[in-house]
Amino acid sequence: MALAQIKVTATQARLDAMSLPEIGWSAVARADAQTRVAAMGLPVRRDEYWKYTRPDELTSPNVKSAKASVQDNASIFGSLGCLSIVFEDGVFNAEKSDKLEGTDISLELLSEVNDLDIHWALGLYGALETKGQTPVVRPLAALNTAYAREGLLMHVKGTVAKPISLVYIQNSDNDDVMLHHVIKLDKGASATILESGPAGARCNIVMETEIEDGASLNHVRAQGRNHKRRAATHLFARLNQESQFKSFTLTMNGALTRNEAFIEICGDDSVAHIAGASVGDGEFHHDDTVFVMHEALRGESRQVFKKVLRNGATGVFQGKILVKAGAQKTDGYQISQSLLLDDDSQFLAKPELEIYADDVVCSHGSTSGAIDEEAIFYLNSRGIPKLEATNLLTLAFLAEALSEVEDEDIAEVMERLLEDWLTRRL
Amino acid sequence: MLKIRNLKVSLEEEEKQILKGVDLTVEAGKVHAIMGPNGSGKSTLSYVLSGRDGYEVTDGSATLLDKDLLDMEPEERAASGLFLAFQYPVEIPGVGNMTFLRTAVNGQRKARGEEEMSAADFLKEVRAKAKSLKIDADMLKRPVNVGFSGGEKKRNEILQMAMLEPKMCILDETDSGLDVDAMKLVAQGVNALRDEGRAFLVITHYQRLLDHIKPDVVHIMVDGRIVKTGGPELALEVENNGYADILSEVM
Ligand SMILES: Nc1ncnc2c1ncn2[C@@H]1O[C@H](COP(=O)(O)OP(=O)(O)O)[C@@H](O)[C@H]1O
Ligand SMILES: [Mg+2]
Repeated sequence: MALAQIKVTATQARLDAMSLPEIGWSAVARADAQTRVAAMGLPVRRDEYWKYTRPDELTSPNVKSAKASVQDNASIFGSLGCLSIVFEDGVFNAEKSDKLEGTDISLELLSEVNDLDIHWALGLYGALETKGQTPVVRPLAALNTAYAREGLLMHVKGTVAKPISLVYIQNSDNDDVMLHHVIKLDKGASATILESGPAGARCNIVMETEIEDGASLNHVRAQGRNHKRRAATHLFARLNQESQFKSFTLTMNGALTRNEAFIEICGDDSVAHIAGASVGDGEFHHDDTVFVMHEALRGESRQVFKKVLRNGATGVFQGKILVKAGAQKTDGYQISQSLLLDDDSQFLAKPELEIYADDVVCSHGSTSGAIDEEAIFYLNSRGIPKLEATNLLTLAFLAEALSEVEDEDIAEVMERLLEDWLTRRL
Repeated sequence: MLKIRNLKVSLEEEEKQILKGVDLTVEAGKVHAIMGPNGSGKSTLSYVLSGRDGYEVTDGSATLLDKDLLDMEPEERAASGLFLAFQYPVEIPGVGNMTFLRTAVNGQRKARGEEEMSAADFLKEVRAKAKSLKIDADMLKRPVNVGFSGGEKKRNEILQMAMLEPKMCILDETDSGLDVDAMKLVAQGVNALRDEGRAFLVITHYQRLLDHIKPDVVHIMVDGRIVKTGGPELALEVENNGYADILSEVM
């Protein structure tokens, strides 16, 4: 089907504004990706998948400026003894980063290996993204594959105890940052990867992760809390046999966030949990778009998303569990809930189940509600003031999502960030 | 301690008067009971005193230790020493009972300009008080009232009361839904708190609870008014004859 002219024009305008890095092992993947983008066209409002979120500010050639304060750039996981890899305005900063070495792990930068003729990431770079273009297209991810010049290539060969922490610092008010990470976990390997910080006035971040048999990846991110920034992220994960992937995202502030996840459970007995807690006040549009595809036996997936919205903030959830024929004994769970702290805020949800196997357990639910006034009065009557009572109930509301963070230290960091946000905001 | 004068209260939503001029004085160190048929306004009185939304005070006054109660926020009333054991304790998913208790205790202390209780002291005190109410560690950890049985909820109310050490305790049908053993536990908990500086207002349907918590004064409330006041014998009279006699007497 031919693309609408408006789409062709918009897509061409964006592509014309960029240049393709045409050398090295990734050249073919990039050229293919560019072709994909041209064929799909960048998203427009009329696209079904963008019904609730305006894509214009994510697709336009020009970037709206956004400041990041010292506080917005403050270290989040610094106290956890991580191996930190710092990207400043989208560029690797060696001085602020730890040495990229460790046992059982190889860490390289896309910018540094881009001109090599051959690299282990060759079969993965853009490959999981390509797979994730069906059945629904994700043009911004293909755009990223074509043009991203920086990112982490991480190959995990054993058990890596120290979390690998990607720290995004934003100095410039106008940068359009693109990062493309590729993560591969060998059989039985395990690692934790963290992401935090504002990245750029606008950012487009893709993470492709291949998780081999028996391997396990934990992913926790705290997205940039500068108010005006715009972000599109894509998480692609392929799970092989008896593997595990757990991802949690905390979003506080940001004018526009679209977090997509495409999870493919292709090995038997695997577990994928995708969760998020977001809190927004005022100019805040937050969209979680999650697609979990079960193709194997006895897969377990959970999607747990909670949003606290206030002062005209908007929350969006589009979540799908697709159980393919033959993926028997699938256990799929999906919940999306919003707590609306006033009448001006809204939550738009599209939960979907599509099941082609007969022996599965799948459930989904979506709710939107105000704070429980009975509970507030009960707390008040015990001497807890309104504000504190509201904070307690808000944290309680987010608890199910937060409990998806397994590591206690990391969970505590998340909880403290939320508490801080609440006391500053409410 | 508690002085209520000609208190008239209507519902905010609809033009319906519930309390039609309540007069009541509770002195320090005393236990007063309020009995009355369903719908006579007993819970409304307790809610209005503790500051719940949805009611409009059209006339009268209520003071606690000479401070105007009706002018304060609910949390200020609590910090000033008022406590209501709810007829229907509220479930709060996601908020641990311990966190709740500690936030309440320290919230009140902070409001009174007192020092916060240390985590260690708090833990010690909670454990001791919970034990005497047969509240186990698991119940302390669980979210407030969630999945608690009726009896557990009521014991949890008494635990809160014991931790907060209020001056004026209002118990709204704390005996309803309790078996005899649970009721004895609750009564013991209340009796342990009785002292010179504290007063109780025990709202109940039945004489039963008053066998265990001996009242000094008994009031009968009918249709938004206290229609009769007497000693403990009044409760027995109600138990034996119901409200019919009293009703015909006052009409
Ligand atoms: N929020 C409310 N909305 C409507 N009616 C109410 C409300 N609260 C109390 N009432 C009415 O007020 C009267 C007194 O109720 P209540 O105080 O609960 O009585 P009691 O505790 O003595 O049984 C009843 O007729 C009840 O239906
Ligand atoms: Mg009642």
